[in-house]
Amino acid sequence: MNEQKPYSVSLPTGQSETKLTLAEGLRPRMETRGLSVYYGKKMGVRNVSMPIYANTVTALIGPSGCGKTTFLRALNRMHDLTPIARIEGEALLDGQNIYAPGVDAVEIRRKIGMVFQKPNPFPTLTIYDNVAAGLKLMGVRRRDVLDEAVERSLTQAVLWDEVKDRLRAPGMSLSGGQQQRLCIARALTVQPEVLLMDEPTSALDPISTQSIEDLLTELKKHVTIAIVTHNMQQAGRVSDFTGYFLLGDLIEFGPTNQLFTNPKDAHTEAYITGRFG
Amino acid sequence: MTPPSSIASVIPKGGNLRIRRVWNSVMLVLLVLGSIVVVSPLIAVLGAVLVNGLATINWAFLTQEFRPVTEGGGGVWHAIVGTLLMNLLALLIGGLLGFAGGVLLSEYPDHPINPYLRTISDLLNGLPALLKGLVIYAIIVLPTGMFSGYAGALALAIILTPIVLRATEGVLQLVPWSVREAGLALGLPRWRVIISLVIPAATAGVVTGLMLGFARAAGEAAPLYFTAGGSQFLNFNLGQQTESLALTIFKYANEPSVLRQEQAWGAALILTIMVLIASLLARWATRKYN
Ligand SMILES: Nc1ncnc2c1ncn2[C@@H]1O[C@H](COP(=O)(O)OP(=O)(O)OP(=O)(O)O)[C@@H](O)[C@H]1O
Ligand SMILES: [Mg+2]
Repeated sequence: MNEQKPYSVSLPTGQSETKLTLAEGLRPRMETRGLSVYYGKKMGVRNVSMPIYANTVTALIGPSGCGKTTFLRALNRMHDLTPIARIEGEALLDGQNIYAPGVDAVEIRRKIGMVFQKPNPFPTLTIYDNVAAGLKLMGVRRRDVLDEAVERSLTQAVLWDEVKDRLRAPGMSLSGGQQQRLCIARALTVQPEVLLMDEPTSALDPISTQSIEDLLTELKKHVTIAIVTHNMQQAGRVSDFTGYFLLGDLIEFGPTNQLFTNPKDAHTEAYITGRFG
Repeated sequence: MTPPSSIASVIPKGGNLRIRRVWNSVMLVLLVLGSIVVVSPLIAVLGAVLVNGLATINWAFLTQEFRPVTEGGGGVWHAIVGTLLMNLLALLIGGLLGFAGGVLLSEYPDHPINPYLRTISDLLNGLPALLKGLVIYAIIVLPTGMFSGYAGALALAIILTPIVLRATEGVLQLVPWSVREAGLALGLPRWRVIISLVIPAATAGVVTGLMLGFARAAGEAAPLYFTAGGSQFLNFNLGQQTESLALTIFKYANEPSVLRQEQAWGAALILTIMVLIASLLARWATRKYN
């Protein structure tokens, strides 16, 4: 995959040296080529071509209803479940089209985890079992392994201290923000290589948000992350690259600092500076 | 007309509170009356069964087999055993079939066999129980040349299947889509998500569906006439002709003997209690899912 050209970024003169080396060492872990998603006749996203570089955080921003969730769900074949959804174009993982015939969606999703926009704990399971569900249902039986994995994931998702004394309580007994972190922990337990997060901090207080952002920075050493966010500061803080969507189109994509300081598109600039959207 | 300056200015003073209170009381009274109308026949039926049945039931009635009226009339032990055996087998067969069909309809909505499954199930549901008995009579009893408990259980299973199927499909549909999505996003195969995450979330409802089917089948007499055939003797072997409480009730209620008519009430009460115990057991077994 190394001969694949990194996304052409025209760095403004005077850009720091470190950013340049980062750009040169980049390898797209995922990439979409002319990806469109339709719901029946209605267009969700249209003709999106965009890389998601390995070991970086890519932020997807744009006004409500512009297709961020739609795009994200196309990256791990989540639309397979929606009968009316139709995919055109390609989504590559390590250069291989995940929509090619014969590709097993289960294998794809095992590598590409997802945190959903709305918290969705398993309603009948305890806090512990919610977090352990992925491993348990894949056949992991060893108690010590499960215990260790649950504690690690819950700690990473900054929920451990709040729930360590009531791991046997139902997952549904948690508050909205706690459920959101529970779902982050659940996704982390199976150690995905790519993590898709749809507004993972939308229900969190500033302290928890900060902790999750720190987690992303820590995680990206091993994991490739795409995150949808409505919070411009968050996109600026955690992401290396940003894609701006508008009405189903990818309007602009580039290194976050470039897109934020020197956007090429007038819509992007208006959105980022808060004059629109 | 000029638009009002603010919404508050067009809301009546006091917000119609008096009228709304009166209206509230009227509706409440109507609701209570309606409930009474609906519930009272039910109570009347149960009450009649209870009062008449209690007068007949005693230890001998519960533990003896059939005896002629001239010898005291005996009891319904053979019918209790037959009812339990046939209905449990029917629950096993019809429960599994209905459950599997319900899962297919709910979880694989695009499966090509589903339209046929749905049609057959609806057809079966609408068909009189008598006809289901005749079908088994034609394909089992005639070729083998004998009535048997197995044939009876099969007839009851046909009655059970569409009820369980519809109930299963219905409760699985109530499990939010997000549960399936969350499971699949963890990299689990679809069957694993269904078995370990979706079905457990619907257990209480599935069991309720099984109980509904069981209760319905336990009350059927007509289809057993040409299949189980009825019997006056105790036997634990479904290969033989078998009695059921519903059959006993039907036969005894039509006999001129007062004793037999009283025994029909007794059998009705026992059947009612059996169904009640079964549903209480089911509630108890699924208590942690509620
Ligand atoms: N299941 C669906 N069926 C039909 N249309 C859908 C479906 N899901 C999304 N859409 C439509 O696709 C468009 C994009 O929706 P999407 O959820 O991707 O937006 P979004 O960018 O994630 O918005 P938000 O920021 O509010 O979450 C919207 O117009 C939406 O109405
Ligand atoms: Mg969204």
